[in-house]
Amino acid sequence: MAEQHPYLLEMNNITKTFPGVKALDNVTLKVRPGTVHALMGENGAGKSTLMKCLFGIYHPDAGEIFLNGQKADIKSSKDALNNGVSMIHQELHPVPQRSVMENIWLGRFPMKGVRPVRFIDHKKMYKDTAQLFEDLNMDIDPNQLVGELSVSKIQSLEIAKAVSFNSRIIVMDEPTSSLTGNEVEQLFAIINKLRARGVAIIYISHKMEEILRISDDVTIMRDGKYIGTWPSPELTIDMIIQRMVGRDLSERYPERTNVPGDVMLKVDGLTSANPKSFKDVSFELRKGEILGVGGLVGAQRTELMEALFGLRSVKSGAIYKDGKQVTIKSPIDAKKHKIALLTEERRVTGIFPVLSITENTAIANLPLYKGPLGLLNESKMRDEAKKGVEKFRTKTPSVSQLIRNLSGGNQQKVLLARWLLTDPDILLLDEPTRGIDIGAKYEIYQIIIDLAKQGKSIIMISSEMPELIGMSDRIMVMSEGRATGILDGKDATEQSIMRLAAQTG
Amino acid sequence: MEATKGSRAKSIFSQNAIWIVLVLLIAAITIMDTNFLSITTFRDMLVQSSTRLIIALGAAFVLITAGTDLSAGRVVGLTAVVSASMLQSADYANKFFPDLPHLPLLLPIIIAIVVGLIVGLINGIIVAKFNVPPFIATLGTMVAVYGANSLYFDMPPNQSQPIGGLRDDFSDLGTGSIGSGDWSLPYIVLIAIFVAFIVWVVFNKTTLGKNMYAIGGNIQAAHVSGINVAKCLMWIYGIAGALYGLAGVLEAARTGGATNNYGNMYELDAIAACVVGGVSTTGGVGRVKGVIAGVLIFTVINYGLTYIGISPYWQLIIKGAIIVVAVAFDIRKYVAKK
Repeated sequence: MAEQHPYLLEMNNITKTFPGVKALDNVTLKVRPGTVHALMGENGAGKSTLMKCLFGIYHPDAGEIFLNGQKADIKSSKDALNNGVSMIHQELHPVPQRSVMENIWLGRFPMKGVRPVRFIDHKKMYKDTAQLFEDLNMDIDPNQLVGELSVSKIQSLEIAKAVSFNSRIIVMDEPTSSLTGNEVEQLFAIINKLRARGVAIIYISHKMEEILRISDDVTIMRDGKYIGTWPSPELTIDMIIQRMVGRDLSERYPERTNVPGDVMLKVDGLTSANPKSFKDVSFELRKGEILGVGGLVGAQRTELMEALFGLRSVKSGAIYKDGKQVTIKSPIDAKKHKIALLTEERRVTGIFPVLSITENTAIANLPLYKGPLGLLNESKMRDEAKKGVEKFRTKTPSVSQLIRNLSGGNQQKVLLARWLLTDPDILLLDEPTRGIDIGAKYEIYQIIIDLAKQGKSIIMISSEMPELIGMSDRIMVMSEGRATGILDGKDATEQSIMRLAAQTG
Repeated sequence: MEATKGSRAKSIFSQNAIWIVLVLLIAAITIMDTNFLSITTFRDMLVQSSTRLIIALGAAFVLITAGTDLSAGRVVGLTAVVSASMLQSADYANKFFPDLPHLPLLLPIIIAIVVGLIVGLINGIIVAKFNVPPFIATLGTMVAVYGANSLYFDMPPNQSQPIGGLRDDFSDLGTGSIGSGDWSLPYIVLIAIFVAFIVWVVFNKTTLGKNMYAIGGNIQAAHVSGINVAKCLMWIYGIAGALYGLAGVLEAARTGGATNNYGNMYELDAIAACVVGGVSTTGGVGRVKGVIAGVLIFTVINYGLTYIGISPYWQLIIKGAIIVVAVAFDIRKYVAKK
């Protein structure tokens, strides 16, 4: 190999313009070998556009890319791979019906035999895969079907695959977004191993605590512009936020001005029909209260919310609303009882990507727009959608825009507007700020608090402990399907939540 | 934001591209033979398009939910036979039901449409309640409906002879027109226009229509939004079936007869017209205007190319190419968005 250049990757003065938008304006990214380089910025800051330029998916209008001091001309993701650049995507795309080793060597299986009669050499493939995992301290069986693996194992597999390509630069896009605390530790161990081998890791994440822990350098972007690069030890969370949003966010959470009132919802001994899911959960929710729900992945929090909304069936237990017992067997029942659910998987169970903002807003409450002959009043639909857009300051040129063209935070606002039109008493919010950038997060927090202030009762699942503490009047913590405790928001600490979340048996 | 405006302009262009293609096609044929540009040819093409449009609109309901309906053609065949069997002239020698009294014209028509509706509802139940993929569910009914139709058609005394001798009032529905001479308007065209209008209203102005787009756009989100997905799907397949039923009646009236092989493969023409007209095979997208254009394109190819003497085999190749090219362009729109 050629002599080591101080920078493994240099992207100099990259500019990329789309019709009417300067997505990247003179952006620079310099990554040293054997470091974790965090790339930060709000959604829409240009991080993914920059990465797409690195992978040859986009071709920059101006600027140059150097790999280890050599000018590189990357025209496709295949070029990128051949140049030792890999990416672990936010959404992983393995082939679930095939084995781990086939997924790793897909497209470049080791062969045996003599041309033209050649077969796949399964033995060698197994040996190479096992070796690869051993080098990286990963505990995965090369013969297992990928569909049987957990998300974190699939991610490890993707990393191993990148290593098998001899990648020297690995981009990780929100790698911890669906990992439990323990799995994050395992990932960090793997990252440290790669770092020790001289691999450079470009780490994209919204989680500040994580970034300050794992990264060596931080590059911050804003509105397609390069703001700067700093060694992480010199940064604090507040400094990062301030540079990302370009304004001072003295508080990460708005002041809570809601006042909890009488009991609105009482859940008594609710047990899932699925024996592996939640058991004997009891809690009360007051009018105008924000009840946070904490716990690790697998605590069955989402399943509990989905049961309250009628998406999952319940074996025993009772739900009382306003003192009266209610039966909720479907989302239709839930709507009747004025319960709304904002699901965790916005793209999977929330938005209708090919439909407009108007249609996405109106869909849960069409009877509202019925006029004479039962026909729908289009202009009323548009007006309500416009009101929702104005109320939540959703960024969009018009309400006829397709929702898939909006950023995550703006999609979430449209979904909130959708459910508010059903005039709910109880809002179940499952990870409402997941994958949303900081500025928009703050706005969503403000909306949630305003709703509670208007007397709506809110249950909010969050995996970010600062968010739980910052937002909740009380915090219910779950572990392995049971509610292990309810903390007062005022005296909850990350430690006290963690203790309850890790409680077993 | 500018970029999305651009893509909207582009999508407006691509929505209308099919009309541009249609005009170019007519212009090209006219250049080859100037006689083509006449009221008579256009009326003929509209008549030919009428039943196809009604079937294609039925298929559009299903396609927009991201489903598919292979049973369309066989339902057309079944309802053509059912309606024809009850609407033969009293003096016709080989009557399907020799002792059948004179029925009011509307009764057999309604019976045929209800038969279509029932087959559609069965499709809907299989898809929505038993979660059988639409392709398989409607493949099953397609085969079974043909069997049922053949059994009916084979009943004594008919025993699988083509049904003919239709009543004049019935035939008139398919061949008659308002007014006479150059500017006369065939009933069948008026019926198709009326159906297209009703379908437009259902697509755009009703809860069922909005739910249909939502189910096709994201079935899970539709469920979470409190839409009764199963009920909507049942009605959507049901309405589609009823439209095939109406098309079957008109097909019998227009041709003056019926056999159990009527409508064979019409579903493929209908699906082709829909996708060429911009109905997305992945669901959630499709307009009545596009379906109309899709149907017209295929009629112009069929009629126009025959008019200028191009072999029907060549027509099939051109048709096939158009289907693939249209969908390839449609898919490109989504791929580029990523």
